[in-house]
Amino acid sequence: MSDTAVSQRRPLGLNIIIIGFLVVWVVLAAFPFLWTVWGSFKVEPDFFSRQNWINAITGPFTQRQTGSAFTGDGYYGAWVTREFWRAVANTAIVTVSVTVISLTLGTLGGYALARSGQRYAFWILIAALVFRAMPHITLVSGYLLPFFELNIWGVLPTSIIVLVAINQPFTLWMLHSFFLSIPKDLDESAMVDGCSRFEAFRRVIIPVMWPGVVTTGLFSFLLAYNDFAVTSMLLSSDNQTMVPKISSFLGSVQEQGNVMFAVAAVVSATVPLFILVLFFQRQIVSGLTAGAVKG
Amino acid sequence: MPHKTFFAFILPSLIAMVLFIALPIVSVVVQSFHVEHGRILVQVESCQPFGGCTTETRVDTAAMAELREEQPMGRFNGFGTYLNRGHLAVDEIGAILANNNGIGDIVTRIYNLPLYKALAFTLVFCFVVTPIAMALGFVIALAVNTVPKMVKGPVIFFSLLPMIITPLIGSLILYWMIQPNGIIGANLRVLFDDPTLSLRQSPLLTWLSLLFYGVWTNAPFSFVVFYAGLQTVPADTLESAMIDGASRWERIRYVVIPHLAPLATFVALVQLMDNFRVFEPIVGFSAEANATSLSWLIFNDLSGDAQLFGSAGATSVITIIGVIILLSPVLVRTWREFNHKVV
Repeated sequence: MSDTAVSQRRPLGLNIIIIGFLVVWVVLAAFPFLWTVWGSFKVEPDFFSRQNWINAITGPFTQRQTGSAFTGDGYYGAWVTREFWRAVANTAIVTVSVTVISLTLGTLGGYALARSGQRYAFWILIAALVFRAMPHITLVSGYLLPFFELNIWGVLPTSIIVLVAINQPFTLWMLHSFFLSIPKDLDESAMVDGCSRFEAFRRVIIPVMWPGVVTTGLFSFLLAYNDFAVTSMLLSSDNQTMVPKISSFLGSVQEQGNVMFAVAAVVSATVPLFILVLFFQRQIVSGLTAGAVKG
Repeated sequence: MPHKTFFAFILPSLIAMVLFIALPIVSVVVQSFHVEHGRILVQVESCQPFGGCTTETRVDTAAMAELREEQPMGRFNGFGTYLNRGHLAVDEIGAILANNNGIGDIVTRIYNLPLYKALAFTLVFCFVVTPIAMALGFVIALAVNTVPKMVKGPVIFFSLLPMIITPLIGSLILYWMIQPNGIIGANLRVLFDDPTLSLRQSPLLTWLSLLFYGVWTNAPFSFVVFYAGLQTVPADTLESAMIDGASRWERIRYVVIPHLAPLATFVALVQLMDNFRVFEPIVGFSAEANATSLSWLIFNDLSGDAQLFGSAGATSVITIIGVIILLSPVLVRTWREFNHKVV
């Protein structure tokens, strides 16, 4: 858009409306997070105040109970007493494995799909699109019984493999459209020079594919990190990752009056996502749009 | 690329998809035709030295364990599970249609059947959240496009948060705020001057808060895609529209929106797919009393003590059919386009 030309002629009233609208939106998007982070350092009668919500800001009960305006009790309770660190470790294992394995399979598959003009390549992509639309919980109801029978229910590797598979359709689409943007001539000239297809992939394509792989990797990471349906049904309570752990907190914690454990756990699980957006904002945006423009 | 090389490259990924997506779908279908074993009852005669003999009926646990060992899926039930009250409820609907007090009565009574209740919320969520979120995203994109570059970065950063957040966590964060003792809930009570107002108690308010969550978490995606699309609007066309005397609104209506239409189809497709599986917000908002979804029904069948695989399977198959219906326009179009290209 011819930005300067348009903006110069914009009337003041319109400008005020635009700025006002954006301020409202940013507050709407960001305030819930800031509020919960702030509240996680308070005690329950303050954050869930029965008298006045101002208490969550001033914190009279927190003062009275702990002697200072902020307290780390919620975090201590969640991480140490309720062993949330175990869930964090499990999440780390699951997300890293899922990302690495899906990218390995996905780059090979996506490359093949991008370079093959055959009809079946198209059908694989369409099948992948249908698979991508399947609600995860419907697949989970198909897994449970066979996994019980095979006695592989409840352990991390099973969930990792399942998440990799669920992630494949998306990874294939994304990397397929990325590899389409790398000119064919590049690997074909390498093959003219005597490389096999695999050598061409290794020597020519791998060095130039990293931007696409990083972007796709971010979304694979998010899928594994954000999953609730698969991990809550397929992991035993010892092996739970963060999200199902938080959900099981809710059941037990509300009766015992320490909802703040859950609040602290929720904030802890949000921090990595915050950092991710902070550092990879550009890649996330370009990934979303690449899928849109080409997919 | 020769067939052999192609399959060598794609085989690992294909195996993963077949084993863990295609086969489970088959397994779900098979499961849906089976139902849990009935209880095996035995007559036991117990005699006391002085009390005489009494016969009582007991559950034969040993025989049941053996039966379960032999047929872990349960006994064959055909379409029984599909037709029962928990699913398509054919008999109940027949009874309602045969004997009722007008349209309103039919609707409320059908709504009380679990599957239709879930289907109603799922569809409303899909078709209300998707267009509103897209419109909101489009407006945000237009607004962000006009502000100076320095402001754009932070605005995009904060806008991404509701989208990137884990659905369960995002819904919990909002839920805690709208509870009567949270900040929004408490202020709503003051605003409407109603000290008993609670978003959880009324079905309508529960629906509204879930829909609000849906828009909040879906809008950023449309925003990002439309924002990227805005960068590619041809400046020449805009300028010539301006010279022709098109107003600001007319430029958006006749130049920008047609340019973004293909993107909008894509966004609508992705968001419909994602919203059709709405599930986590219902858990996060503990809204199951007033709003359920198809995914939630399956989760509920599976997570109880007695895992109802047959029932979960039938709901899953119905859900999958729903997904395919939802996707069919796109699939048909893609197929036509592809054939067109080949010919």
